[in-house]
Amino acid sequence: MTQEPILTARGLVKRYGRVTALDNADFDLYPGEILAVIGDNGAGKSSLIKAISGAVVPDEGEIRLEGKTVSFKSPMEAREAGIETVYQNLALSPALSIADNMFLGREIRKPGFLGQWLRMLDRPAMEKRARDKLTELGLMTIQNIGQAVETLSGGQRQGVAVARAAAFGSRVVIMDEPTAALGVKESRRVLELILDVKKRGLPIVLISHNMPHVFEVADRIHIHRLGRRLAVIDPKQYTMSDAVAFMTGAKAPPEAALAA
Amino acid sequence: MAQAQEFEKVLSGSDTNVAAFDEHKSAVRRIQHFLHSTPAAVPLIVLVLSIIIFGITIGGRFFSSYTLTLILQQIAIVGILGAAQTLVILTAGIDLSIGVIMVISAVIMGNCAVSYGLPSVIAVALGLAAGAACGLLNGVLVAYMKLPPFIVTLGTWNIVMATNFIYSANETIRDTDVDTQAPLLHLFALSFKVGTAVLTAGVIAMVALVLLLWYVLNHTAWGRHVYAVGDDQEAAKLSGIQTKKVLMTVYTLAGLIAAFAAWVSIGRNGSISPSAAVTDYNLQAITATVIGGISLFGGRGSILGTLFGAMIVGVVSMGLNMLGADPQWKVLLTGVLIIGAVAVDQWIRKVSA
Repeated sequence: MTQEPILTARGLVKRYGRVTALDNADFDLYPGEILAVIGDNGAGKSSLIKAISGAVVPDEGEIRLEGKTVSFKSPMEAREAGIETVYQNLALSPALSIADNMFLGREIRKPGFLGQWLRMLDRPAMEKRARDKLTELGLMTIQNIGQAVETLSGGQRQGVAVARAAAFGSRVVIMDEPTAALGVKESRRVLELILDVKKRGLPIVLISHNMPHVFEVADRIHIHRLGRRLAVIDPKQYTMSDAVAFMTGAKAPPEAALAA
Repeated sequence: MAQAQEFEKVLSGSDTNVAAFDEHKSAVRRIQHFLHSTPAAVPLIVLVLSIIIFGITIGGRFFSSYTLTLILQQIAIVGILGAAQTLVILTAGIDLSIGVIMVISAVIMGNCAVSYGLPSVIAVALGLAAGAACGLLNGVLVAYMKLPPFIVTLGTWNIVMATNFIYSANETIRDTDVDTQAPLLHLFALSFKVGTAVLTAGVIAMVALVLLLWYVLNHTAWGRHVYAVGDDQEAAKLSGIQTKKVLMTVYTLAGLIAAFAAWVSIGRNGSISPSAAVTDYNLQAITATVIGGISLFGGRGSILGTLFGAMIVGVVSMGLNMLGADPQWKVLLTGVLIIGAVAVDQWIRKVSA
């Protein structure tokens, strides 16, 4: 690839007591691509993603966003830099409305006296933007934007979480197991959403155990093994069983795919 | 668009009706939904029912505006403490120390004004500051040391209570001394007559405080964050809410409101006693909150419910008093109401689309 990567990580190390979750891990994400991250349980995928999204602070190593070194101390800082994450547990507040959830932590206040002095939220504006975003992503089967998230189905909740990330992510969207808890039809919907987001030019990091889904949407596949990047492969040149063999250590990846 | 997987090809022929539930909602389900979206409705209904029941059994005497406003006067302190407790319980915590925070704040206000002869304004400010400081201690221990709120506030309850007795030497400050030297402390005893209705400044303060907090909880970002933190703290943190700050401000504010309740209580009681019935106030505030439909698991309920909850307790005790019943009936009925309220809460929580 000739382009410069938008997000890179070099030599990330993260230890939890005696366990080394990240052992000199590297990571590269190029503009406009869908990069799948796969790996066995305990390979350190989650720690890698958490380090990039600001949920954990790595002990060593460097992360660069568009060439500039960044060090996020909280998910909020990563979000402010334009990196949005859809967590596996979705990070939604069940009792709050769809609109409130989408704007959690970055509410819009009313202009003028009401907003400045009475700190009043601009509900109509937030609801309008939430509705626009959901409609844009084809998710507007939800009747009422003011309804509590706990009254939605699993797929609808996932949709709200993806819409939130797509609405605010300006540089990178990270999705952790977005289809893990969904049925066949709802998974399809989420995969279409992922491709929709890609069409807007946002690069996506997709963490998944579902090989068919990974091979269907990913442009490149980052294989994580024993706390580090083992290889990056092109899904068109390898089969799913190759990928599984590499990631479980059954087969050594070819030299060409080995990470630099 | 992505090529569908082989097994997904059949999806094109699948039923396009999304979530085709049998949409005839039974009346019960509809009530459940209504209660789910309007959490203050249950206590309001119970309040109206209990007023009607006592009204019928006692007769016109109970419906007089004098009686009804007397009930409000009696619940003013519990209502304000309940408002503080509501904030804490909304974050899935509990504050057992607000009762003693109230007492020590009252003692500090009294001592500063009467014994040290400071201007009353400064005495009140110091009392409020002391309450906020106690709350801040709770907040730091809960938010940063990550200790369970029950344990933290059980500890500070004892610490503050002992400090209060050591500091005050258990001396009561007399009504007349307060009146002559610091009339400002009796501000909330001011009363107005509207016909036979008697309103005190304390009652007005309680209602105003609850309305203010209702606005803050529902129409500001901070208020929404309080609900989000109580609902699912981990999710709130991942959505970018500074959960520690929210918890700390909630406990500090609860302490400040408890100190405000102290000011109101001086107005109601006249004198200032370091050995005021702390446990009673504590439990009554928690009772009002729970009967008001604030979920002990956090994140659910409306602060208006707490106000109604406090009124329910007030109406029940006044009604039973007027009927000449044994006071233990009041205690028994309160217990029934608490269990009933939690049962209703559990039922409402089961609602889903």
